[in-house]
Amino acid sequence: MTTTVPIKEQEHSHGEHAGHPDHRMFGLATFLVADAMTFAGFFAAYLTFKAVNPLPDGAIYELELPLPILNTVLLLVSSATFHRAGQAIRQDDHGRCRRWLLITAGLGMAFLVSQMVEYFTLPFGLTDNLYASTFFAATGFHGLHVTLGALMTLIVWWQARQPQGRVTAADHFPLEAAELYWHFVDGIWVILFVILYLL
Amino acid sequence: MTISLPPETSSPPRLQPSGWLRYFSFSVDHKVIGLQYLVCGFVFYLIGGALAGAIRTELTSPVSDFMARDVYNQVLTLHGTVMIFLWIVPVVNGAFGNYLIPFYVGARDMAFPRLNAVAFWLIPPAGLMLITSYFLTGAAQSGWTAYPPLSITTPATGQIIWILSVLLLGGSSIFGGINFIATILKLRRPGLKLMQLPMYCWAMLGTSILVVLSTPVLAGTLVLLSFDIVAHTGFFNPTLGGNVVVYQHLFWFYSHPAVYIMVLPAFGLVSEILPVHARKPLFGYVTMVYSIMAIVVLGLIVWAHHMFTSGTPPWMRLFFTIATAFIAVPTGIKFFNWLATLWGGRISLNSAMLFSCGFIVNFVLGGITGVALAQVPFDIHVHDTYFVVAHFHYIVFGGSVFVIFASVYHWYPKFTGRMLNEDLGRLHCALTFIGFNLCFGPQHWLGLNGMPRRVAEYDPQFTLINQISSVGALLMAISTLPFLWNVIHSALNGPVAGDNPWKALTPEWLTSSPPPVENWIGEAPLVEEPYGYGVPPGELDLSAASGRDLWSSGK
Amino acid sequence: MQKMTSCCVDVCNTNAEKSSPFPDRNKALTITSWRTAASPIRCLKPGIDQVQIPSAILTLVIGMALALGGLWIGQNINLLPIDASANAPIYDELFKVLFTIGSILFVGIVGLLVFSLIRFRRRSGQLGDGLAIEGNLPLEIFWTAVPAVVVLFVGLYSYDIYDRMGGMVPLAHDHMGGAHEEQIWGGISSGSIESAAATNVLPVEVTAMQFAFLFHYPEGDITSGELHVPADRPITLRMEAKDVIHAFWVPEFRLKQDIIPGQPTQLSFTPTRTGRYPIVCAELCGPYHGGMRSTVVVESPEDWDSWYGQNAKAAPEEETLTIANA
Ligand code: HEM
Ligand SMILES: [Cu+2]
Ligand SMILES: [Cu+2]
Repeated sequence: MTTTVPIKEQEHSHGEHAGHPDHRMFGLATFLVADAMTFAGFFAAYLTFKAVNPLPDGAIYELELPLPILNTVLLLVSSATFHRAGQAIRQDDHGRCRRWLLITAGLGMAFLVSQMVEYFTLPFGLTDNLYASTFFAATGFHGLHVTLGALMTLIVWWQARQPQGRVTAADHFPLEAAELYWHFVDGIWVILFVILYLL
Repeated sequence: MTISLPPETSSPPRLQPSGWLRYFSFSVDHKVIGLQYLVCGFVFYLIGGALAGAIRTELTSPVSDFMARDVYNQVLTLHGTVMIFLWIVPVVNGAFGNYLIPFYVGARDMAFPRLNAVAFWLIPPAGLMLITSYFLTGAAQSGWTAYPPLSITTPATGQIIWILSVLLLGGSSIFGGINFIATILKLRRPGLKLMQLPMYCWAMLGTSILVVLSTPVLAGTLVLLSFDIVAHTGFFNPTLGGNVVVYQHLFWFYSHPAVYIMVLPAFGLVSEILPVHARKPLFGYVTMVYSIMAIVVLGLIVWAHHMFTSGTPPWMRLFFTIATAFIAVPTGIKFFNWLATLWGGRISLNSAMLFSCGFIVNFVLGGITGVALAQVPFDIHVHDTYFVVAHFHYIVFGGSVFVIFASVYHWYPKFTGRMLNEDLGRLHCALTFIGFNLCFGPQHWLGLNGMPRRVAEYDPQFTLINQISSVGALLMAISTLPFLWNVIHSALNGPVAGDNPWKALTPEWLTSSPPPVENWIGEAPLVEEPYGYGVPPGELDLSAASGRDLWSSGK
Repeated sequence: MQKMTSCCVDVCNTNAEKSSPFPDRNKALTITSWRTAASPIRCLKPGIDQVQIPSAILTLVIGMALALGGLWIGQNINLLPIDASANAPIYDELFKVLFTIGSILFVGIVGLLVFSLIRFRRRSGQLGDGLAIEGNLPLEIFWTAVPAVVVLFVGLYSYDIYDRMGGMVPLAHDHMGGAHEEQIWGGISSGSIESAAATNVLPVEVTAMQFAFLFHYPEGDITSGELHVPADRPITLRMEAKDVIHAFWVPEFRLKQDIIPGQPTQLSFTPTRTGRYPIVCAELCGPYHGGMRSTVVVESPEDWDSWYGQNAKAAPEEETLTIANA
């Protein structure tokens, strides 16, 4: 036999800290592909509705750009700040890492607030017409993701509080996972922004 | 280097119940989870079968006399949903996938054992919820397709419960799919190359890709549908300006791949069973792999063949006809390869082999009617009739269910350490095969001649054929009795199987029966040629061979 | 051969019968193959002289018998109801072709399977394995190419059939654009719209609801529960549903079209044979779906005229002038 692998290493790859973060990240990435397909379904529905179902007379479906552009900026910046948090933990700088995490979560929550403001100032409601419903379904589902992502960021922030905690320079799977998820949510937002607001 | 512990203390520090109780626990052992899937799925199969019995009883007479019409639709919906989401999908994927894949990649468990257990434990509550909805509020009654606006206008509680349980089952299936992909791609034993994997791994890889890509679309769609029901949005509600055909597109974007999710693993299982019992290598390994991948790709772009009468534009019909018909090519390749695997073998005509061959016969017929259905003009006549019912039962029952039985006969010795009774097995196979064909064969004619599907009452000219069909269903019901007796009796009293009763080469047989928790005591074997059976042709015993043996091998 | 067999059995026994199944736990178990041959045999070419010629001839004969048998089955076994519309014979032509090809394939494959099971079954006392043939590239190419060609042929042929049935013709109202109410979302238009005026299409509006069909003749303002049509005159149904999806199916016409709420569809056909044929709802639409049936009465033009005359509210002259495009 050429290579032999200790039993322990092949053993259940999660649970212990020294598991296989690569497998978990791989699993998460696969899950995000699945998640992206849900959005793809919503977008496909939206585009089809737009293409074949004209808005009935008198129905209102108008979107303003300023707030969503602000939202886009918020999310893009938050992606960068999360990235900085990751860099900081790799340099074993817990304080800086946690600061960046907090900023990220703050930006995420600012996004949510701004999204709420947009919801309440829109000239249409959830059940007004087909486009409106689809708009709320897609943005709402995305907002759910942002909420989850912000919560995850805060959890990582908590986990990174001490140098011997769950998030360390050597093993920071929670941070890596939350970061990938956050970038994913931002990426989806960009696509969503193009499809819902620009097209 | 390898940590070798004495067998007694080798169990990792997990607080898992042992003995039979572990099958009712949140076990993270892939073998336990596999059997949990199998037994749980079989229980739902019996429930779904009872529902089918109710349907066939109603249809012995042309009038609606056995149950109320709305109850009939509930029974029909439950039958379809239970059979697809609680029997075939969990068993061909979850049960055999969990049991076999870690063995095949040389691992001790799946990549994410806890996620695996979660995926399984989503199933019983979802199934129970679905079934109790019938007793509490009345189940959904819009068919397993849940087309709006019917699903929006029928009683809401049942439909919402249906949506919830399908969402849970879809989630379970996605978790399973992620786990399979990670296990196959990431957990392979060092030295084991992809192209050395047993075919079932490829089938599960393809299936899991389909699961991950298509199930979320169904989930999203059902969420929208539930908004239409509870929040009065109008996605699919035409009175509010919605578009019902968009639902159909989204639904079939999942549900056509779903038919491959139900049948690709079965293809993989057959590819494991045939070589062992024919004592020959699997013919055309490489083309088999490519055809699985071709099926995966094509399977994603053929969904609208379920919508040829939904007012789809002509170009769409043309595209989906051609794409659909072309799926027959990779599918055909697999069948020819299986036939070539059998040719020149030393075939044991045991239950596993006979069920596999029954599968080939039935699936070929289902595939032929499938290619016919892909032709728009042909489909326009028979769409939504008993012809389609016959077609997909030849595929899912004649295909997947036959393979599940073949697999139970094949792997039972591994699961339990005991052999099943072969005579009872052959009886089971004969009864199932006859009953199945008697039940579904005549339905082709019914559909061609004017009987639509999903009806509780029908034109009296179809009475006799429907009664024949019901007799076939009764035979199928009876056929499960020898099976049940066999499985239960053999578990206690069957002859001891030994580690490798079939003298098979794939890694699950290279350990004890049933296997230890860590699959192999000591290191996992490296199986580079999982199908290395057979005598090299040069050393053929000429007294036992004829010219045709040689002709068969090529030119 | 003998050597191989015993080797095979030996290895198995090692696993199955030794008291400890894994004698050396620390050593990895590497199994390449039951046989000793190191490299897989990819393509085997036995000397042609070993093969008796009959096998080739036999194949040819079996193939021809299969083809003839399939043709006979396709031509002589009729599974379809009577044909009563212009496109039904075209459909039946397609059906025969598909049935023939399907029968050949099915009988051929099942025959091959059953033959293999009998011919290559393990007889009692036989040990050992079959031939170690792992594949054959020419064969694989053969059974990829042939089905691909067959499938392509079937696809093109059915496309042609569909075209002859009128399926590819643009729908009557497509070119109208304009008002949304007029938009036709899909369907089958069995006749070209240009010739609509010339061929004197009879328009009928179909309303489907739980659980009945209603037929309205706009030109005579007749509403009826049965569809009365004259033979040999093209009919165009404009169909809309009130509540849920239904489907209009006349098995004897070999035509079916969903009737979709919010999305009017169209179905055109020319009845050819007088008689009464069932109209069946073919889309689950609720508890009484099975009972949602009606009848299409195909009458000789004279009979139909008199039926129409008796029921029409508008003057018949007016009606003959306004034609399908109205
Ligand atoms: C040779 C490959 C196949 C082809 C060309 C094919 C084609 C089709 C077509 C065109 C339909 C739509 C019929 C209609 O509703 O009018 C259909 C229905 C169906 N097929 Fe297949 N099929 C194939 C294989 C399969 C497989 C592998 C499965 C599942 C394991 C399957 C399961 C089904 C089911 C469940 C339906 C009915 C769905 C429903 O309306 O409820 N088919 N098939
Ligand atoms: Cu399909
Ligand atoms: Cu109906």
